[in-house]
Amino acid sequence: MKRSAATRRRVTRALTYALAILVALWVLVPIYLIAVAAFSPQLEVYRFPRPLFPDPFSIETMAFFLRSGGVMASVRSSVVVAMLTLFLSMLIGAPAGYAIARFVFPGRDVFRLIVVSTRAFPIVILSIPLAVSFIEWGLYDSVYSLALMHTALALPFTILITSSVFASVPRDLEEAAMTLGCSQFEAFLRVALPLALPGLAAATLFTFVLSWNEVFAAVILTVRNRTLPALVLTVLDESPLPYRFAGGFFMLAPSLIFMLFIRKYLFNLWGRVTK
Amino acid sequence: MSHRRTQQLIPYVLLAPATLFLLVFFAYPMVAAFALAFSGDDGGFTLAHFEAMIRDTAFTPALTTTLLLIVIIIPVQFVLALVMALLVQARLKFSGLFLYIYAIPLGISELAAGIVWFALFTDRGYINTVLTGLGLIDKPYLFLGYQNDFWLLAAVVIAEAWRATSIIMVILVAGLQSIPQEYLEAADVFGASLWDKVWGVILPLLRPSLQVALILRTILAFQVFAVAIAVAGRGITLLAAEAYRWYDAYRNPNVAAAFAGLILLLSIASTVAYLWGLRTPEEQSL
Repeated sequence: MKRSAATRRRVTRALTYALAILVALWVLVPIYLIAVAAFSPQLEVYRFPRPLFPDPFSIETMAFFLRSGGVMASVRSSVVVAMLTLFLSMLIGAPAGYAIARFVFPGRDVFRLIVVSTRAFPIVILSIPLAVSFIEWGLYDSVYSLALMHTALALPFTILITSSVFASVPRDLEEAAMTLGCSQFEAFLRVALPLALPGLAAATLFTFVLSWNEVFAAVILTVRNRTLPALVLTVLDESPLPYRFAGGFFMLAPSLIFMLFIRKYLFNLWGRVTK
Repeated sequence: MSHRRTQQLIPYVLLAPATLFLLVFFAYPMVAAFALAFSGDDGGFTLAHFEAMIRDTAFTPALTTTLLLIVIIIPVQFVLALVMALLVQARLKFSGLFLYIYAIPLGISELAAGIVWFALFTDRGYINTVLTGLGLIDKPYLFLGYQNDFWLLAAVVIAEAWRATSIIMVILVAGLQSIPQEYLEAADVFGASLWDKVWGVILPLLRPSLQVALILRTILAFQVFAVAIAVAGRGITLLAAEAYRWYDAYRNPNVAAAFAGLILLLSIASTVAYLWGLRTPEEQSL
């Protein structure tokens, strides 16, 4: 009797592992296959049936994509927009996150609620009127105006993640530093900030990828200074298969690395339904 | 100014830049969008842009496809996300690795995900390779053929399910972590099956998380457009894609704003519906 229960538990365990692996494959196999397509020679991309591993391995298709008209320039725009976005959203968002984490003040919950509810605000409704305004203000089609738009999208996340990061730094440490003669600002700079640094780094990574991935605002707000997703989207119709596959892989590659660093903090961004 | 007074002002000073920014880039565009959608050439009030939107032959297919996409994808994604979340919480070895893998799509853009699934579904793609390799079909099947409405939508649904389930998984894992372990142990003591535990204990206690996830997922689904363009080209049209087309191809920001306004209204309506439909029992008795 006892043995059969133990056996059953082992079987359940094995099935759980099998299911976990199956779900992992559902995520990984498509990524693997686009990588195979991206790292096969160009002519192989048209072969049917498709080889299931790169045969032979080649960076020709990737090189073709990166050398195609406008791609390198758009990668540069994408990186510039993403860097501006993470700089701006940290500059504006981190103080707000710190305020929510450290101070109790009237209006705190209202502010928090507004931030939480702007997380999923339809970007469609922001981009179109802003495009019209940017044209009037002479800011249209520039990496700066797109970075402002992306900062608006990233800001709620930056505020939420920085507030949870600062909340996890014990307040006592800052107070101890202040009893030892630090001013409030020094205590923040020399105690809270270094301890919060890994979390803040995760927040900046998240912001970078958010901007790197964003396509609707990018395609609406730029014309000649396209970011990479905006460029790929607009030429997708007339581009050959190698271009699409290499471009698809190139755009998703950063997320593979980025998730490694940020997975611990994911729950602060999307979790925390209850405080 | 007294020291105490300064202390009280600090949080507001820290919040000021963010508040200002949110006002300029959230509040202002929202008002401006409705101004665009409702104002005519002379600046007066008009419904002409909404009439143009509804008269657009793409309007009805865009609206129905968007709604259909949401109705199909939400149950699929919630089942998958719940399975993922329970697996992550099942105390397996390598659970950190599984969490990492399950979370990867969270960092993948709509466009890249669309291209990935295009590579799988295209006529000379991987799915046809496997199907012909197994001898299930003689020659490649045209999944993404222009008239193949079923598979065009199915491919978009699958691509979206692949890309956007991680976000729900993360919310549900956070919710699961807040369920006291004793509740599940108590269920074990009474010999509850996994099924009973999920229906009797986990799902009711997950209600707040489910509500948040449903709201976020539905709002984000109304904005989907690049997946559809990458997978199906012009074969499928969605509301957000129409907003883009009116802005970009027809150079008409007013009708584009009307589409955007419709998306916002649908998002708000679905949020209200979820808040009402998933009230907690205490709220229901009020």
